[in-house]
Amino acid sequence: MSIDKILLDHGSGGKASHSLIADLLVPEFENPILAQLDDSAIFDIEGKRLAFSTDTYVVDPIFFPGGNIGDLAVNGTVNDLAMCGATPLYLSVGLIIEEGLSMADLKKILKAMREAARKADVLIVTGDTKVVPNGAADKIFINTSGVGLIPEGTNISGHNARPGDKIIISGTIADHGITVLTQREGMTFESPIQSDTAPLNHMVREMIAASDQVHALRDPTRGGVGTSLNEIAAQSKVGIKIYEEALPIREEVSGICELLGFDPLYVANEGKLLAFVGPDVWEKVLETMKASEYGKDACIIGEVVADSPGKVFMKTRIGSTRIVNMLTGEQLPRIC
Amino acid sequence: MKHIDEYRDPELSRKIVDKIRAISRKRVRLMEVCGTHTMAIFRSGIRALLPETITLLSGPGCPVCVTSQQEIDAFIKVARVKDVIVATFGDLMRVPGTHSSLQKERAKGKEIQIVYSAFDALDLAESNPQKDVVFLGIGFETTAPTIAASIMEAEKRELDNFSVLSAHKLVPPALSALMTADDVRIDGFICPGHVSVIIGTRAYVPVVEKYHIPCVVSGFEPADILQSIYMLVKQTETGDATLENEYRRAVAFEGNKKARQIMYKVFEPTDARWRGIGTIPQSGLKIRREFDSFNAEKRFDLSVPDSKEPKGCACGEILMGMKTPPECPLYNEVCTPSHPVGPCMVSTEGTCAAYYKYDA
Repeated sequence: MSIDKILLDHGSGGKASHSLIADLLVPEFENPILAQLDDSAIFDIEGKRLAFSTDTYVVDPIFFPGGNIGDLAVNGTVNDLAMCGATPLYLSVGLIIEEGLSMADLKKILKAMREAARKADVLIVTGDTKVVPNGAADKIFINTSGVGLIPEGTNISGHNARPGDKIIISGTIADHGITVLTQREGMTFESPIQSDTAPLNHMVREMIAASDQVHALRDPTRGGVGTSLNEIAAQSKVGIKIYEEALPIREEVSGICELLGFDPLYVANEGKLLAFVGPDVWEKVLETMKASEYGKDACIIGEVVADSPGKVFMKTRIGSTRIVNMLTGEQLPRIC
Repeated sequence: MKHIDEYRDPELSRKIVDKIRAISRKRVRLMEVCGTHTMAIFRSGIRALLPETITLLSGPGCPVCVTSQQEIDAFIKVARVKDVIVATFGDLMRVPGTHSSLQKERAKGKEIQIVYSAFDALDLAESNPQKDVVFLGIGFETTAPTIAASIMEAEKRELDNFSVLSAHKLVPPALSALMTADDVRIDGFICPGHVSVIIGTRAYVPVVEKYHIPCVVSGFEPADILQSIYMLVKQTETGDATLENEYRRAVAFEGNKKARQIMYKVFEPTDARWRGIGTIPQSGLKIRREFDSFNAEKRFDLSVPDSKEPKGCACGEILMGMKTPPECPLYNEVCTPSHPVGPCMVSTEGTCAAYYKYDA
């Protein structure tokens, strides 16, 4: 059985997405800027370093505890820019609206976008609106693109993690993915879990100000922490070791993951970042993060090692070691 | 969920490992029957902690993995019927049938929805009166009672557009089949926890007595599994073969009588074909005649031709503990989770998927 059609797996953020990008898209548009494959494209224009990024949001449901597709779309692109150390400045917004969406819902989404842009201190400066017939889209899809300026002397990239670096996560993992999942498919979980959607650019600015040894940053969105760690291990050609005991996971989230057979390491986050920080400065960076609005629960979850480049290992709670691979498809609930 | 943490205590686990190392002399092959145990063993890295005298084998306890290729073909056939919505547990989506999979059928526009329970499928039927909703009933004694209850509820709600395609399997007959198969050498069973909540430890009494094999019903936390291994090793060292229950906090000798009553009100045992293993007598569940109107097999023509399982795929031998995934010629060559050949690579609880995810 060869694959002649796009499957949902190709959008999971895991292995299938990566091979779609690497085998089909990158060769088609080949150029050195694209080849970096960081969260944003980085290039110089007249002596200034710019970051440029785009992302499209198709979340279902469009409203969920903790946010909606509007603030998600703004925060997502703001964060992609911030992960390259850039100061996000201007955003574009493309709306694809399904015929029949209620005006009240649209207003609610736009209001959330305005509020998110205000919090992130960016301006939405251009946009486009299309309406498609009923069934041709699912309520509303949003694309945002953004540009940001990279301060002089900042060099943050997925390629820059190095042995000895400490790995910091900015807070609890898997909150967004589990929130959305429990709102979907009519699952009736009585739980206080909320999406963590948030702009991380201010925290990143403070981290960079605190130390020049923030080597790599990544927001573990689709595909989760497990996938992001694998990406960095491959890009930087280093090994990564994490500690199961150190992973911050809310009790409710962990319970639902157990129930559905999900591994929280592969569940999406929308307001978290992984930071790879030099061994001498991690305490200072961690303190800075903890003092920031979206980094209160920041903690060390692992370190970068020289051996086994490209691989991620986990020291398990009971003292054994196992590999953490990249996600190979959409995580599907188990049945027993 | 707090109560679980004590079973995750590293100190406790280390102590049990020391106890195992202290008494293990004989080479033994222990089979964890259940796919959830397989995943837990890999996730916590239990294999690496055990002395080399102990080999853990993964058994036929992943419901998706033991679903036969013909059953998958029938699932695909029903998805292609006009005005049918197929409701399924997510695990089944990627399992290859002879020529297609549910995932590919969905990409071609067939209506296939992932649900978390048979009751979601009922609601789906209620809100789509112009369509026929067919729920794909797979799984062991754990899921069968809920699915039986959904059929009884459908009868109560007088739904005429809901049916179930039953491909359920029963655990104890599979254990007996393993004990009588040629070339299979197993010295003890780590028996499934969730299944045992329903069937009780009593269900294993015949297996223990007839085949003189140690059985321990186990919970799912690392310390549970290690403790169960310790109990089995202790038995094998002394030559005992008894039934023990490590998972007392959830499993009783009698199991859940009420759930079994519901299950057997709607279903009755039937011979069933297991992927890679073949037909095992009285190891499946079919819908009783009284509930014919909710039986998808009676509502649609779902007969499919006999089909051969893919050449080289060792799922059957792996499910019976005769081979490990790396011993299969297809493993990690042509068979990967993105391009699975056999179901053991598809299901999140499949042995090959576990090896690939944690060992590859």
